Amino acid sequence: MRKVIMGNHALSYGAMLSRTQVISAYPITPQTQVVELLSEMCADGTLQAKFIKVESEHSAMAACIGASIAGARTFTATSAQGLALMHELLHWASGGRLPIVMGDINRAMAPGWSIWTDQNDSLSQRDTGWMQFYVSSNQEVVDTTIQAFKIAEAIGIPAMVVLDAFALSHAYEVVDIPEQDKVDAYLPPYKPYARLTPDAPCAFDGLTGPEHYFELRYKLQKDMEKVPALFDETGREFEKIFGRRLEAVEPYLCDDAEIILVTSGTAGFTARVAVDEMRKEGIKIGNFRIRMFRPFPFDAVRRVLAKASKIAGLDRNISYGYHGIFCQEVKSALNGSGSSAPVFGFIAGLGGRDIMAASFREIVDIVRRQDKPAEEINWIGVKK
Amino acid sequence: MVEIRFHGRGGQGTVVASKILADALAKEGNYVQAYPEFGVERRGSPVVAFIRIDGKPIYDKSRIYAPDHVIVVDPTLVEAIDVTDGLKAGGRILINSDKPAEHFKFPDKFKVTTIDATKIAVANKLGSLAAPIVNTAIVGAVIRVFGFAKLESLLGAIAEAIAIKPEANQKAAAEAYEAAGAIV
Repeated sequence: MRKVIMGNHALSYGAMLSRTQVISAYPITPQTQVVELLSEMCADGTLQAKFIKVESEHSAMAACIGASIAGARTFTATSAQGLALMHELLHWASGGRLPIVMGDINRAMAPGWSIWTDQNDSLSQRDTGWMQFYVSSNQEVVDTTIQAFKIAEAIGIPAMVVLDAFALSHAYEVVDIPEQDKVDAYLPPYKPYARLTPDAPCAFDGLTGPEHYFELRYKLQKDMEKVPALFDETGREFEKIFGRRLEAVEPYLCDDAEIILVTSGTAGFTARVAVDEMRKEGIKIGNFRIRMFRPFPFDAVRRVLAKASKIAGLDRNISYGYHGIFCQEVKSALNGSGSSAPVFGFIAGLGGRDIMAASFREIVDIVRRQDKPAEEINWIGVKK
Repeated sequence: MVEIRFHGRGGQGTVVASKILADALAKEGNYVQAYPEFGVERRGSPVVAFIRIDGKPIYDKSRIYAPDHVIVVDPTLVEAIDVTDGLKAGGRILINSDKPAEHFKFPDKFKVTTIDATKIAVANKLGSLAAPIVNTAIVGAVIRVFGFAKLESLLGAIAEAIAIKPEANQKAAAEAYEAAGAIV
């Protein structure tokens, strides 16, 4: 069914079509409509799920963890400060190997108090052991939410579906909403390896001494390493049923590109507009959009970017004291790969400042002028 | 691609207007993208909404800076702000007003059309006299003036999207569609 919906409602539809059984969330701008619609769906019976109201995001994640341990397919959504408040429990979810799926609407961290987009909220949770999938359209929001459950449950690792505040969360776009029977065929009911039930009592997440803890972490990492192949496999299966391929990275016109942009989120789509314009002028440029940030798609990054003579990484985030986080991951992935292409780092769009096709022209102008980066960080659109 | 900017005031349903227009256009197979100015809207303060229309998927996720046309839902905004900011030469300014187009002084490079959507909304008892909800009437005029969509697509979109007084809203849209037909 083709429908015009906002990004937040695309998340709600994704959770509904996945037959989520327990939802616990606390409202926060710009996420509010996600749980508004889900609570309506629970109230009118569209979705047979338990909606647990809580007094904070910390409690929301605690409720999700309890529900997931009991064997329920579990969903939540939050943003910025709300995600930060969950931080402690994010480790409990991943360490407990619980396949919870969460929507995070990228919102800049306060202060200054902001409701507008950047990626520092989700990237501050980089090392919590959650998978992170960044999307660029409302169609990808619905599709990726469904795929996220499939991957999370197959590997026992929680997943975040991450979308930009307002540019997606409040933007209305045409979405082909998948049919329920097809989603059911793609995503069968969740069958946990072990669950908390009075019928077969067992303990979870207990005291773990040095003789076992290390192995738990080793296994979490080893399973993370399996995710790129799993993403590919579930993405192909998705294509067979729904006609849309879901890939961990999207290389656009990268094969013969001399300069490759590395992008994510909505900026990753706007970049394509700039690439099309510059291609018409004969500039050999491509756009490499990263959809899966954790685990990091090292092989794909090396394979595609190795062909470029220059790489321009755009970050809507910053690791203070170093530079953009996607860019530093790309540099780390290329290290030892044999590529000698310089990686130019760009930061733009913090706190919701717009990123336009013209921003990418500015980026490409800088990259074409310099043989190697003159600055560690190039700031686009900042008032210095 | 056609890019349009809506100017209204918080509480008039400007964002809903852009959404209903997007619904009607999507029904006819178009790709659309509609979104509000990214802010915290307050009742009565100027608000902006954007809509992009194309026959193929729309990748540009940035704001619209150079619209092809502008829709002014609240005529008092013409005095308060520059509704022509970035407007392309040859672009049309469609204003909700009981005054004729000649009443509004704009550079010659722009075309001006007025439609009395407030009168139509009030006659159909949409909102109150002090704060009429004019969005469905405005969109009725928009699809006629610009030839974007068929009236039946809009009426279907209103039936699906408007929970309160859907029939009165459909009637207002149809009346504005007719009234606009007499103008263009």
